[in-house]
Amino acid sequence: MRFIEEYRNGDLIGRLAETIRKTAAGNYDFMEVCGGHTAAIRRFGLTSILPPGINLISGPGCPVCVTSIDFIDRLVAYSRLHDTVIATFGDLLRVPGSQSSLESERSAGADIRIVFSGFEALRMAESEPLKTVIFPGIGFETTAPGTAVVIKQAAAMRLKNFLVLSAHKVMPPAMEVVAGDGANIDGFICPGHVASVTGSDPYRFLPEKYKIGCVVSGFEPLDLLQSVLMLVNQKNCRKPLVEIQYSRAVTPEGNTKAQRLLCEVFESCNATWRGFGTIPGSGLKIRDLFASFDAEAVIPLDLKSPAENISCICGEILRGIKKPCDCMLFRNACTPDNPVGACMVSSEGSCNTFFRFS
Amino acid sequence: MNKVITLNHGSGGRQSHDLIGGLFAGRFGMDKPLTDSAVLPGEGYILAFTTDSYVVEPLFFPGGNIGKLAVCGTVNDLAVSGAVPLYISAAFIMEEGFGFQELELIVDTMADEAKRAGVRIVTGDTKVVGRGKCDRLFITTSGTGSLKSSFAHLSSAVRVRSGDDVIVSGPLGNHAIAVLGARNNLGFSSPVESDCACLNHMIKDVLDSGADVHFMRDLTRGGLASVLHELWVMTGYCMVIQEKSVPVDEPVRGLCEVLGFDPLYLANEGKIVLIADENDSPKIIDILQSHLSGKNASVIGKITGKKTGGIIIETSGGGRRMLDLPSGIQLPRIC
Repeated sequence: MRFIEEYRNGDLIGRLAETIRKTAAGNYDFMEVCGGHTAAIRRFGLTSILPPGINLISGPGCPVCVTSIDFIDRLVAYSRLHDTVIATFGDLLRVPGSQSSLESERSAGADIRIVFSGFEALRMAESEPLKTVIFPGIGFETTAPGTAVVIKQAAAMRLKNFLVLSAHKVMPPAMEVVAGDGANIDGFICPGHVASVTGSDPYRFLPEKYKIGCVVSGFEPLDLLQSVLMLVNQKNCRKPLVEIQYSRAVTPEGNTKAQRLLCEVFESCNATWRGFGTIPGSGLKIRDLFASFDAEAVIPLDLKSPAENISCICGEILRGIKKPCDCMLFRNACTPDNPVGACMVSSEGSCNTFFRFS
Repeated sequence: MNKVITLNHGSGGRQSHDLIGGLFAGRFGMDKPLTDSAVLPGEGYILAFTTDSYVVEPLFFPGGNIGKLAVCGTVNDLAVSGAVPLYISAAFIMEEGFGFQELELIVDTMADEAKRAGVRIVTGDTKVVGRGKCDRLFITTSGTGSLKSSFAHLSSAVRVRSGDDVIVSGPLGNHAIAVLGARNNLGFSSPVESDCACLNHMIKDVLDSGADVHFMRDLTRGGLASVLHELWVMTGYCMVIQEKSVPVDEPVRGLCEVLGFDPLYLANEGKIVLIADENDSPKIIDILQSHLSGKNASVIGKITGKKTGGIIIETSGGGRRMLDLPSGIQLPRIC
C-alpha cells in the first residue's frame, strides 16, 4: 500500500533503531500525547525495538479516555428520551458513566447508532424528521472542524431535529498541566493530526516556559522512531525545541481555514477531563449563534456531578505519573470487557493497549 | 443493573466464549474441547454434526447472500472437522411482509451452492413472525457428515506440536469489509467482495493427499485472532506469527487503516487455518493454491513451544507484540 508501506520498511526501521541505540546514553522519559501514537507504538511493537533506557509514557491524548463521566451520564439521560437517537462514534459506546453506558442503554432498548462521521448523523436527522438526532462531538482539534462543518450545514438546512453535545477539547492546556505538574518528562511526542490543524506553534510554550522539547510526529513506525531520535538528540544537546517530524502534513501555522471554521462555530470554555478535573480554556463550546444545535442549550439537564471510582488511577496514568500495571484494578476488575476507567475503553487508551499488546 | 445479552455476546470474542463455555456447554454437559462440529462415534462409523444460525444484515452483499452463507458455513464447519459433508437441514424464520422474490433468490442460491458442494438439503422448517419480531429473514442450518477415523484428531488439536507450520488459505477480512460496505456505513463505495465459499472440495484434496495436518478450523467471526487464541487455550502451545506473511488484500488493508480495524480480527466466510507438519506444508500450499479459494494460501508462522507465552506477532519492522482474544465487536476508532 503506497504511502504506508514505505513508512513500515523493516530495513529502515532496523537501521533507525540502531542509530537510536548508538545515540542514546542514559535514561530518557518521553511522553506520547496522542492515543493514536500509543496504539501505533503497541501495534508495531516499537518498545521491543527501542533500547531499554528509552521509556515511552502515554499521555492524555485519547479523546474517549478523557471524556468525563458527566458527559456520558448526559448522553445516557438523552438516550432515554422518547424519539431520540444518539448517533455516536463507536468508541464512546463502552465508556462507563456513573451508572450506565451507551452500550447498556442500547441493550435496554435505547436507539443508539454507530456513525463514522457527523454527516451520517446529519443525514439521519434529515431522513427521520420525527426523531431528534443527537451527535456527541468528541475529539480534539482533529475532529472538531468536522463537527463545525456539520453544525453549519445543519444551520443552512434549517434542521430542527439535529443537536450536538460538544465535549470537544483542545490539546495544549492539558499538556501544560502535565508539563507543570512535576512529571519527569524529557520530551513530548506531539499529536500529528491535531497539529495538522493547529500547526506546531501552539507548542512553543513547552521549550520556552518549561524547557521541555517536543517533536510533532506522524503515526507510522518510521515516523515515531525518527521522532524519538530527534528528542534524544534534543536532550543530548540540552536544546529543547519545537520540531516537526510529520512535515508531510504539518506546518508551524497549520490549517488556517480549519482554524477559522473552529472559531466561527466554537468558543473556548473550561472543560472537565477525566483524571485531571477542570482545565481552564481547554474545551470548545458551541457559540450562541448556533445555540439551536447545542443539546445542552436545547435540552438542559440537571444532573449531579458524579464521583470517579477512587481505586481507578486513570488520572495519574494520563498524566504520565503511573503505568497501567501500577493500578490494582488493571486486569482484575478493569478489563476491555468491563472497563472501570476510561483508559481501558478505547482501543487507543493506555490501559486497553497495554492489556492487548503487552 | 441486571446482566443482559449485548451485541458483544455474539461477536466471537471473549464474551461469546464465556457465554458458550460458561452457560451452554456446562448446562448441556457437552464434551470439551468445543469444536466446529461434534464428533460422534457410532458402530462402524463416525458422524460429524454441526449447526449454525445466520442473521446477516443486509441479506444481500457483494459476493453472496444469507442463503449462500448458511450453506457454506455449515459445509465448512463439517469439512474442517475432516468430515465429508452429506446432509443439511434448513430452518427459516421469516418476518411478515418479507418479499417473495428475495426469498426465491436466496433459496435458489442455497440450492446451487449445495449442488456445487455435493451436499443435499433434506429437511427443514419455516416459521413466520409478525412485523418487527425479526429482521426480515433468519436461517438456521444443521449438517451431518461422515468422518474417517484417521481425521478425527483434526478439530481437537491433540496432535499439534512444536515446529508445526501455521497456514492460512488466503487473504483475511474480505467478508467483514464487504458486509460493512453493503450497509452503506463507510460513506464511500468499496470494491471488496465477500470470500463466502464452500471449501469442502479443497479441504478433501489436502486430506486425501496424505499431508500430515494436525488441526484445522474455519476463520469466521472473531477472525484468525480468535481461532489462534482458542488453539493456544486448548493446547498450551505458543506460536509466532509473521505479520508480513499474513495475506490481506490491498483494499481491505486500506480500509482497515482508515477505520482502525485489525484484519486479524475480521470475519471471513471462506478461509481456513491449518496447523501442519512443516515438511508437508509446501505440498499443502500447492494443493490450496490450485483452488480458487486458496490461491493466496501462505505459511504465516510457527508453533513454538509450551513455555514462551501466548501468541506473538512479529511486525514487519522486527517488533514483537502479543495477540489477544478480541473483546466484543470491533469499534471504529474516532481519529
